[in-house]
Order: sequence, then C-alpha cells, then structure tokens
Amino acid sequence: MNMKETLGSKKVRRSYGQIRAEALFKRSLVIIGCAMVVLVLGILLTLMVESIPSLKLLGIKYLWGKTWDPVNNIYGAFPFLLGTLLTSFLALIISIPFSFAIAIYLGEYKPKGWLSNFLKNTVELIAAVPSVIYGFWGLIVLVPIVRTLETKLGVLPYGIGIFTASLILAIMIIPYAASLGREMIRLVPSPLKEAAYSLGATRYEVIRSVVLPFTKSGLFAGILLSLGRALGETMAVTMVIGNTSLIPTSIFSPGNTMASVIANEFTEADHTVYLSALIELGLVLFLVTVVINMVGKRIIKRFTNE
Amino acid sequence: MNVQVKYRVAKSKLAQGLIVFLAFIITLPLLAIIVYIFREGITKINWTFLTHIPKPVGETGGGIVNALIGSILIVLAASVMAVPIGIMCGIFLSENKTSRLSYWSRLSVDVLQGVPSIVIGIVVYFWIVKPIGSFSAFSGSVALAIMMLPILIRSTEETLKLIPDSLKEAGLALGLPYHKVILKVIVPCGMSGIVSGIMLSVARIAGETAPLLFTAFGNPYVNTNLAKPMQSLPLLIFNYATSPYDEWHDLAWGAALILLFTVLFLNIITKLTTKRWNVQL
Repeated sequence: MNMKETLGSKKVRRSYGQIRAEALFKRSLVIIGCAMVVLVLGILLTLMVESIPSLKLLGIKYLWGKTWDPVNNIYGAFPFLLGTLLTSFLALIISIPFSFAIAIYLGEYKPKGWLSNFLKNTVELIAAVPSVIYGFWGLIVLVPIVRTLETKLGVLPYGIGIFTASLILAIMIIPYAASLGREMIRLVPSPLKEAAYSLGATRYEVIRSVVLPFTKSGLFAGILLSLGRALGETMAVTMVIGNTSLIPTSIFSPGNTMASVIANEFTEADHTVYLSALIELGLVLFLVTVVINMVGKRIIKRFTNE
Repeated sequence: MNVQVKYRVAKSKLAQGLIVFLAFIITLPLLAIIVYIFREGITKINWTFLTHIPKPVGETGGGIVNALIGSILIVLAASVMAVPIGIMCGIFLSENKTSRLSYWSRLSVDVLQGVPSIVIGIVVYFWIVKPIGSFSAFSGSVALAIMMLPILIRSTEETLKLIPDSLKEAGLALGLPYHKVILKVIVPCGMSGIVSGIMLSVARIAGETAPLLFTAFGNPYVNTNLAKPMQSLPLLIFNYATSPYDEWHDLAWGAALILLFTVLFLNIITKLTTKRWNVQL
C-alpha cells in the first residue's frame, strides 16, 4: 500500500514535470516567434536612430545632392543612387532574355530529362557561387575584355565601371527570375495549352499567346525579386565598379553604388555626420529592397493561390 | 496556305532554337569561372599554403591558415547560434499556421531574407562592435547567424508542413506531452529536410563577405579568440584580390579555389541527398 502510494506520487511528480516542460516549450516557441519580429524592427530602428544626425543636418535634400566630398563635409547621395539604379537596371535588361529562356525551356519545352536536370543544377550553382568570387573573376578576366571592347568603341578604356558591374550582376541574378519563372510556367493548366494546340497553334504560338500571358504577373514578380537582389549586392560590384564618387557620365564610366560606398567608406568614416550619412544610405537600401521583395512575394502568393 | 503553315512551323523552330541557345549559354560563365579559378588556384595550393600565415608584401610564399581557421570558427559559431533558433522558429511557424503572431513572424522572416547583407553588417556593428569597442569574430558570427535564419526557418517550416497531422495526433493520443511529440516524432520525420536546410544555409554564409567587413574585420595572424578580430576566406579574397601585389593575388587565388569548391561541394551534397529544385529567393 505504502509502496503503491510512493509509486503513484512519483508518477504524479513526473507528469507535473512533463506538464511544466510542455508549457516551457510552448512558451519558448512563442518567444522565438516574437524574436523574429523584434529582430527586424530592431534592424529598422537601429538604422533610423543612427541616421538621425545626417537627417537633421542634411535633411531630405541629401538624396539629391550631387557632390560627395567627406573631406569638406559635403554629402550628396545622388551619384550613388544613380549608380545603383544604372547597374541594377542594366543587369536586369541583360539578364531577362536568359532567365526567361531558361524558365521557358525548363517549364515548357523539357520539364524532365537529364539535359534539363543538368541545366537546373547549373542554374542553382550559379546562385551558390559567393559574390566575392564573381568579383575576383570579374576583376581579372572580365575587366580586360571590357577594356578591349571599350577601346574598339572609342570610349575611355577604364575596364572597370558600371557596365562591367552590370555584366557580373546579370550573371548573378539570372537564377532568381529563372527558377521562379519555371515554377510559374508549370502552373499553366494543360487544358489551356492543349486547346491551343488542337486549334493548330505551333509551339511558339502556344508559348506566346497562352503561356506568357497566363504567367505575366508571375514573371514580373521574378523580375522584381531579381531587382531586389541586384540592388543590395555589394562585394562583386564593389570590386569592379571603380569606386569614384563622381556622377557617372555614361554606362562605361566608373561609379559607385549605395552598397559599394558603404563597403568602402564605412570603416574610414571618422566623424558622426559622415558615418550617419552612410547609414542613411543603408536605410534607403533597406527600405527599397524590403518594399520590392514584399511586392514580389505578394504577387507570387496571389498567383499561386488562384 | 501551305506556305503559311511552313512559315509558322519554321518560326516555331527558330524560336525553340533561340530559347535553347539562350538557356544553355548560361552554363558558360559558370564553367569559365570554375575552370579559371581551378587553373589559377591549384598551382598555389600546397602544404605551406595550408599551414602558414601570409607573408608581408614583397615576399613570395606564405599561406592562408589564419583565414581557414577563422572561417571555420566564425561559421561554426554562427551555426551554433542560428540552428536552434531557426529550427524552433520553423516549428513555431509550421505549428501555428494562422495566428496573428505567426503572420507577423512569417512576414519578418520574408523581410529578413531580402535585407542586403551589407545592411546586416552595419546593424551588427552598432549592436555589438560599437558597445564593446573593438571588432570581433563573435560579431561576425552574429551577422552571419542573422543571414542563416531565413533559410533555416523556411526549410524547417516547409518540411514540417508536409508531415501528416495524423502522426502528431497519434502521439498526443498516446498521452505524450506536446514537446515530446514535436521533438521525438515530428522533427525526426523531417530531419532530412532540416539537415539540408542547415547545409544550404552554411553554404550560403560561408562565402559572405559584406557583413564581415565591419564585424570580423580580418586579421593577418592566426587567432582563435572569438572576442578578437579574425580573418576569414572571403575577407582575405576581397582584401588581397583588390590589392596591387602579385604575391597577394596568388594567395587570393588559392583561397578562392578552396572557398568555391567548399561551397559547390556543400550544394551538390545537399542536392544529392534531397531531390528538390529550389533557389533560395
């Protein structure tokens, strides 16, 4: 009897322990869920607080200022905004034909087979190569090629510059639009395509007038996500863009992007306004990429739910 | 009529040819990069290269042991921090599909995934480096851990979502407490997906340079103290590749070869173990 009681109370004690552990586990899950929100808000808040000195002193005009001369305390972010926009959009324009071709090939022409598997894996590996390696390769291999091209075209043969950076960026962002585009193209209902085929349409006509119109918004979302990636890319661009704070005069001239100027000058920034001017660039970069990513993901969600 | 059909068929063939051409041309840059780095790097790698620290400018020889040790330590520390949190958060999101908190949490993970790495470097600088007053490997690990989180969380969530509810219900019906059902039934079922997520995230951060610029900072000597500045492979490649010295370029090539093949190896292993086509967006 006595023994039974102790056994029972031990059991009870153990199950109390279990209940407590269960509650603890559930609570820690919730805490970690909250932590993600806190982390992102923390990033935003830190950027905002640290860019206050430059916001106060330079105001919103800062973004349109044309000269960047930290030695004389003149800060204008326009060269970097322009550099970022030029490189990103140029990279996007170069990459779109390739990423769409990959998406169409893998989604429509050959969804299975070793050849498409090979292409799929190659594209994935392109996304996996570290950006510093792209930068190094670009610096040593691509820059001389671009320099020869520039001599032929009769522009100043810097080699480094916005065009070279865009080329590297284009290679780097192809996988994003391609993999998403493929997913989207596979969602096209086959009755729709079969109907077109049965009316006598050729493969090209089916792609042009059924597949592409159907996946329009999804492909657009892929482009947006590529753009978000291109805007924030730092190392590869920093290594080949030339790093001058002058306003680029053509796509072949050296320049700087928001990310590359932060990478280059952050540890050199020796007074508060300089540093906080750089952080303000980081804030702009953060907000722009977040908005672009959110819009892109919203479009994908709507598309896949339909 | 016949001519028109022929024209349309020809056009279709032409379009197909163009698409195949454009699609496969993309393998060229990757191949070019791998071959070039292999050719330049393989001649630099030898025992001295792996066991010595870099020589000062002007002297040939030397190695990158400081960066190798640093990279391993920084990535290891980042994984130790990020893996438990990432898996827990993934469990939370897959268990709470519709609650308000999980909506915001999921949104935050989405936002985090899109944040440029350099921005994370800035933020960690203000969180850790500035209060402490010196660059440290630990702060670099924190920055990399933040970058790992979205990949880990996403892969854990997606994997666990696929596990049938009946499994969980069976466990609960047997009287198992909730945490045991999750940790001993659900998580082991999704282990392969979670492990592949861990490997992908490690592959992703092993080559990250931007967040380390203002945190781990780099160090020409071997350092195993996480509280001090530490060299890492990507940092070394960046610093030496952009330097004007040939001896340093040689070191950078060797380092690039090691880094590139480690990252590709991790990716291929992950690919072989899980047959999934997924570029991390």
